Amino acid sequence: MSALDDMRLRRNPETPLARKLLYLNWGLVLLVLALAAVGTAMLYSAANGSFEPWAWAHMARVAGGLLLLLAVALTDIRLWFRAAYPFYALCLLLLIIVEVKGMVGMGAQRWINLGFMQLQPSELMKVALLLALARYFHGIAHRDLRHPLYLLVPLALALTPAALVLRQPDLGTAAMLLMGAGTLFFLAGVRLWKFALVAAGIGALVPIAWSFLHDYQKRRVLVFLDPSTDPLGAGYHITQSKIALGSGGLFGKGFLEGTQGHLNFLPERQTDFIFTMLAEEFGLVGALVLLGLYLLVFIYGVAIALSAGSQFGRLLAMGLTANLFFYVFINMAMVMGLLPVVGVPLPLVSYGGTVILTTMLSLGLILNVRIHRDYHIPRRGLRNAP
Amino acid sequence: MERSRNEEQTRYSSFSRRSLLLGGGMLLGLGTLVGRLYQLQVVEAERYRLLAENNRISMRLLAPPRGEIIDRQGIPVAINRQNYQVLLVAEQARNYRQVLDRLGGIVEITEADRERIDRDVSRVRSFVPVRVRDNLSWDQVSRIAVNAPELPGISIEVGETRHYPFGAVLSHILGYVAAVSERDLIEQNDPLLQLPGLRIGKSGIERTHDETLRGAAGTSQVEVNAVGRVMQELTREEGQPGHMVELTVDTMLQNYAQQRLMGERSASAVVLDVTNGDVLAMASVPSYDPEPFGRGLTAAQWRALTEDPLNPLSNKCIAGAYAPGSTFKMVVALAAMEQGIDPGERVFCPGYYELGNHRFHCWSRGGHGHMNLQDSLIQSCDVYYYDVARRLGIERIAAMARRLGMGVPVGIDLPGEREGLVPTEDWKLATIGERWQGGETLISAIGQGFMLSTPLQLAVMTARLVNGGRAVVPHVTRAIHRPGGIEPTVKAPPPSLGIPERHLDIVVEAMEEVVLGRRGTARGARIDLPGLEMGGKTGTSQVRRISAAERAAGVFRNEDLPWHRRDHALFVGFAPVGRPRYACAVVVAHGGGGSAVAAPIARDLLIETQRRDPASREGPSGPIAALGGQG
Repeated sequence: MSALDDMRLRRNPETPLARKLLYLNWGLVLLVLALAAVGTAMLYSAANGSFEPWAWAHMARVAGGLLLLLAVALTDIRLWFRAAYPFYALCLLLLIIVEVKGMVGMGAQRWINLGFMQLQPSELMKVALLLALARYFHGIAHRDLRHPLYLLVPLALALTPAALVLRQPDLGTAAMLLMGAGTLFFLAGVRLWKFALVAAGIGALVPIAWSFLHDYQKRRVLVFLDPSTDPLGAGYHITQSKIALGSGGLFGKGFLEGTQGHLNFLPERQTDFIFTMLAEEFGLVGALVLLGLYLLVFIYGVAIALSAGSQFGRLLAMGLTANLFFYVFINMAMVMGLLPVVGVPLPLVSYGGTVILTTMLSLGLILNVRIHRDYHIPRRGLRNAP
Repeated sequence: MERSRNEEQTRYSSFSRRSLLLGGGMLLGLGTLVGRLYQLQVVEAERYRLLAENNRISMRLLAPPRGEIIDRQGIPVAINRQNYQVLLVAEQARNYRQVLDRLGGIVEITEADRERIDRDVSRVRSFVPVRVRDNLSWDQVSRIAVNAPELPGISIEVGETRHYPFGAVLSHILGYVAAVSERDLIEQNDPLLQLPGLRIGKSGIERTHDETLRGAAGTSQVEVNAVGRVMQELTREEGQPGHMVELTVDTMLQNYAQQRLMGERSASAVVLDVTNGDVLAMASVPSYDPEPFGRGLTAAQWRALTEDPLNPLSNKCIAGAYAPGSTFKMVVALAAMEQGIDPGERVFCPGYYELGNHRFHCWSRGGHGHMNLQDSLIQSCDVYYYDVARRLGIERIAAMARRLGMGVPVGIDLPGEREGLVPTEDWKLATIGERWQGGETLISAIGQGFMLSTPLQLAVMTARLVNGGRAVVPHVTRAIHRPGGIEPTVKAPPPSLGIPERHLDIVVEAMEEVVLGRRGTARGARIDLPGLEMGGKTGTSQVRRISAAERAAGVFRNEDLPWHRRDHALFVGFAPVGRPRYACAVVVAHGGGGSAVAAPIARDLLIETQRRDPASREGPSGPIAALGGQG
């Protein structure tokens, strides 16, 4: 890119579509395809060597998701900047609808039936919250962050959906929302002692929160602390998952040869425990390859964030990358018995519509930041249309 | 503008710093995951591989065929019969009740069967087979096979049931098999016992040699899934079939004995080979059919067997204890000679004997006159033994009795043997808490009072008298047929009891006279066939005390008493005279007099025994008889 091009782009922020496609980071798209292929293969194996019921659907969703990714990536970043709050409001509304429906329908309900898929608003909220926070912090001067007053709005933005999700009850998603929000607070430059304060506060609140947990949630935490206490009950999943992982060894048992997965010892092997299947069939080597693919995605994400021209783009790209990292880390740590069993899927590999939607949306936004890295967004916001 | 650029600069450098920090954190996180993976998949991989195998592989035990039992001629007496069972897998039958309705047209399915099937189906997982009916005929099996398409979920499996071709004739010796009980599971840790449907020996030889007959379990390794459904068989190792057991019993003789006793309400008889202790026949009536035990008795059947006052389940040869009566007199005679009492010495019998102020009666009210030792045995004079016993004391009598196998377990290879009772002064003090009375020695000497022995003990005593004083041990197992060869039970000639042959000859000679002599008590039961003559001794033991009033009133006729108060009739015998090979004991409970009731049975048994002459015939395990015998 010549200096002239650069100048022109700054003056005239309308980049032609063809050029945008050029700026699109195809390496990242290839990584997405690679991860989706791993997912398809494992879902094929999870169905005992069949494309039904999961692998086909997964491929179709990935294809649809790629279109969404491209669409999101190529949309003007300022549009996303402006849409941040309305999008957040929409997701919040959906969460409330789910909550109300759940109350009426007696029981935990986390999704809305869209006809072609079951939409989980809480998943979507993970992206919406990051968008909203990125937009908010974009408009706050660095030194203004010292004022606790300026933190009230983003705190409210984060805590409201987290509280709603916790009521569903979905401990894992609520924790992920708060972690995503915390990451953005951190990236925006909120003083570290404030985090320390919050951490201390949470420490104090744990006993109180404990009493609000459902019995099954308490049991999960307790069994996590010592799975051997209940090998046939709540600790069963963790124990079986560890057996599957460990028995995979260095090179694995071979594709379609995993005994733990195929003989139903693994629960939820198409969603939360798909990594276990992979590590059982392909061993440490296979697991490291998958981790490597994710690592490359994260490196791209961090690089894009660091090269972004606007605070909004930086915060968004980095926040979304961190969020994807949380998915991967929590899921894997869970199946390895390092974290309690919380329902967090593995992006692009696990079966599930909403998670593909969220992941593609996230990656699309990261790519969007890359494409529009030279776009200038005034700190005071975009009063006038671009 | 300057401020704004400054601001932007600050924000960017803060963001970069923190982004790199975050990126470092992410790397740390991924590093943790890699470390954990290394720990699980490399360091502890072996442990988890084992756990996964344990998860996946389930060992199924295969029941080995139970060893068969044959008699001394090689006739099978306990065999396995194929048992065709109909099984139902509820999962494969869309509506199993409909399938059962259709199956009902081929085999009868009662309401009780249906209830049991409903219960089993609801209890087990839907892929586990449930037994519908067993013991199908071949015709039923083929009709089910033909109709298989209309009977989804129905399958036929071949199991094994124990079959006893001679039924009640051998049930007291063979015993029976039945399902494993909770107690068996606790007492034995053979994994085979866990097998549903396994039957183990509960009594008789089936129990004595249960482990030999049972064999070793085979295993089948199957791959199972998380709910235990079998996916495929990986390896199969057939078990070791149980070994064959060969009995000393001659089934035909046993059958004869059992039939011969059938006329009595409760009776038992034992025939032994005196040279080696082989039990050739061991009959006890009433008997029972052993096969229903394997199938499982109904509560009513079980109650009928256990509440029967004649106790058909009991093998009275080893578990019935009777006062030996006069059959005990040989023991006292031997003790007397050992103590130096001259067998020619005469004792005068006036019909009673007085000790202190008590009068002990002889069975002959008029008395026998002057009696020497042989006379006293031939005519069964009680007074002679009262006199001798007072001189000997109970301890010497008891010691001789124990040497001859009474009052101690004889060590037969059957469960449930009773040791009878030979009283001593210490025994009475310990169990009753009273001192021994002189009169008790007297009535002990004629086999009454506390004295109790089993028919088997009487037969063993007789065998030891006539075989030259050798301590034969009775047994019903002749050999065990192992793959490595036949292992006989008796390996060495029985040791001597140390009784002088002269003393034995005197007693045996008198026993011959009991049957053959002009004044013998069993002369009515003599065997007139040349070369087959028998010797023996009668016994009639009271189960009640004859009161003075009864004696005065002359109530003496046994037939006038209720059955359970009548005397026991006993006889011990041997044959042939001159070179005894077979010993026999017969006890007819409440049968009356030994000479009138028991002796004729013993005569018939010994005739049949000598006709068949099982001891001289070669069996499946060869001529292992006559070890050191006096041929």
